[in-house]
Amino acid sequence: MTVAEPAAPAATAAKGGKRAKPPLSEGKKAERRLGLLLCAPAAIVMIAVTGWPIIYSIWLSLQRYDLRFPGQQEFVGLDNYVAVLTNSYWWTSFGTTMLLTVVSVAIELVLGMALALIMHRTLVGRGLVRTVSLIPYGIVTVVAAFSWYYAWTPDTGYLANLIAPESALLTERLPSLAIIVLAEVWKTTPFMALLLMAGLALVPDDLLKAASMDGATAWQRFTKVMLPVMKPAILVALLFRTLDAFRIFDNIFVLTNGAQDTSSVSMQTYNNLIKGLNLGIGSTMAVLIFLTVAIIAFIFIKVFGTAAPGSDPGGKR
Amino acid sequence: MGKANARNRRGRSPGRAMSVLGAGLMAAGLLTGCGSSGGLKINIYYAPEDNFQKVVDQCNTKAGGRYEIVYNKLPRGADGQREQMVRRLAAGDEGLDILGLDVNWVAEFAEAGWAEEWTGEHKAQATAGVLPGPLETATWNGKLYAAPKNTNVQLLWYDDRVTPAPPETWDQMIDQALALKAQGKPSEILFTGAQYEGLVVIYNTLVESAGGRILSEDGKSVVMDEGAVKALEILKRVTSSGITNPSLTNQKEDEVRQQFQRGTGAFELNWPFVYPSYKKEKPEDLAHFKWATYPSVVPGQPARTTIGGYDLAVSTASRHKPEAFEAALCLRSPESQKFSALNDGVPPTIESLYTDTTPLDPSKPAGDDNPSMETQYPMRATILEALKNAAVRPLTPAYQNASTVMSKLLSPPSAIDPRATAEELRQQLADALESKGVIP
Repeated sequence: MTVAEPAAPAATAAKGGKRAKPPLSEGKKAERRLGLLLCAPAAIVMIAVTGWPIIYSIWLSLQRYDLRFPGQQEFVGLDNYVAVLTNSYWWTSFGTTMLLTVVSVAIELVLGMALALIMHRTLVGRGLVRTVSLIPYGIVTVVAAFSWYYAWTPDTGYLANLIAPESALLTERLPSLAIIVLAEVWKTTPFMALLLMAGLALVPDDLLKAASMDGATAWQRFTKVMLPVMKPAILVALLFRTLDAFRIFDNIFVLTNGAQDTSSVSMQTYNNLIKGLNLGIGSTMAVLIFLTVAIIAFIFIKVFGTAAPGSDPGGKR
Repeated sequence: MGKANARNRRGRSPGRAMSVLGAGLMAAGLLTGCGSSGGLKINIYYAPEDNFQKVVDQCNTKAGGRYEIVYNKLPRGADGQREQMVRRLAAGDEGLDILGLDVNWVAEFAEAGWAEEWTGEHKAQATAGVLPGPLETATWNGKLYAAPKNTNVQLLWYDDRVTPAPPETWDQMIDQALALKAQGKPSEILFTGAQYEGLVVIYNTLVESAGGRILSEDGKSVVMDEGAVKALEILKRVTSSGITNPSLTNQKEDEVRQQFQRGTGAFELNWPFVYPSYKKEKPEDLAHFKWATYPSVVPGQPARTTIGGYDLAVSTASRHKPEAFEAALCLRSPESQKFSALNDGVPPTIESLYTDTTPLDPSKPAGDDNPSMETQYPMRATILEALKNAAVRPLTPAYQNASTVMSKLLSPPSAIDPRATAEELRQQLADALESKGVIP
């Protein structure tokens, strides 16, 4: 009895969904066929340029294939996966990547929210303020990374001289990671703020006014009214940034080149695939990154119910 | 409904972008096709070298219109150079004729079947008068796969106001540095300690100088003998005695040079490019900027310093091999090597050039505007001495993997535990040679 009760609304909802589809007329069918035909070339190109490389890299990951020893190519099944997943280098860089992702996205969310609130309230020069705050995001990461690198180099760098004149922070693990996080946060907070601002625009002023009439404090209005309404936008922002942060490469490449265990999974894949020319192991790593990214996206969408901003919040579950 | 629309729109626009991109690529392909149809072009892919275009021009004049050499500049960094060539060669690109190979890539390119073997008259010309070290770098499995273009060797640089007599052994150098530190004078031993090839170069020099070996002669197995362990001990000792720069583990060649010019170092282990830079940036102190061969590990036995430099190979995919061999021979002929040595500071591979005294323009007296080996290479005798005792990096097609593994396990050098690190190196190098293991 108690079990059947919650199931019932779901069942009717499903039935309701089916019932909503009207039978198609002949004209509608022809129109739909034409639509599919018109889409086909684009769809085929998409499959060719995105689907095929993924399939090919999965195929490569099942082989022993080193470009320098073309004669020794052979099918090895899951050997490469065993080699990678039992290797301590891989897990070190996986851990580093996860740490960098979680820490930098968390900081970005808080800072981005603050920035979004400020920009949302700005009365004068709103466009200018928004444009200016986006500048770090517009600067090429490698270029920005180089300026961070020089800023943190002892003797020549202003930050190094200011904060730690007697030591070289980029040669130690934790300070290096902190500097990498700083560089990432500096670059992508504006992007986060921009996405959150779109969410802020969804909060109706009437709701806020009603809440303050009921005696809600500013903090209560923020946590009880704004955050729930903004939830879809926040989740989309988090999803985008998490996927991006997980693929971190350029900042690490310039700042430490992976020394002192600061290598990310992308850097390690680059070292094995492009530098080491080991297509088998490198593709295995690429597939593992792909899987991780897919799992992250799955968790966000299925568990947290991330949806496009503005879409019906109840529709996605 | 709105959602479906959004999806369609999203699907369509990258599709359109792709087709535009595709058309663009096709057009680019057609254009390059047109470009190479007139006259015979020999494409050389080589690292950026300021005056190399002049060498190419001279060789084009000598070719008398039979072919035209086109200089394609590769990226500045060695990894970028290798990546670009490897990507194209693996795809069988016929547009590459002559390849500018860093000395430790020859085995790899030969084994992969990308470099043509040099035989007969070509081989005789490419090897005539060449120093044994550079020649060894161009050889794999007893066959010649490239012509040595220029070489390079690190020296010990010092300021004679700080250290009037350069140390002869690493022990002496460490003692001198400690003594200088106690007196509050510049005391650092500066070298390339970042986690990259530069650290491997230092380590290889130490191993060879200690009479040891990292890999076997044929590059197929790991040796890592007592000499290799001794070298680990030295690296550990030098970096844990407080006589290296705090930034050691982030310093590459140019950072080392700048650090020495800033004046905290007593000793600098670096390539000869530091001399022209010093001459330009601190001319008032140049008289005190001195050089010596590397300190040795075994007293009484000269150090065996790791050499660098470039070799020229002919691509197996080239459609104009006879012309490519001829062009490569011209580009690394004694005259071309001398021109490059005097204009770009790259040490020649041909021994007789080190004693050549004629200036660039033989009709005029030598001077700053008309350099000779004497004015441009005051350290040429030391370079030649170091070259005669030179060591090459382990010759193996999997050098890149071996190097990545070594630089990882050697970094940071202060954390080395000689016995344990040697054991780790043994295992991981063995995997790297088989291209089996994961490289960091």
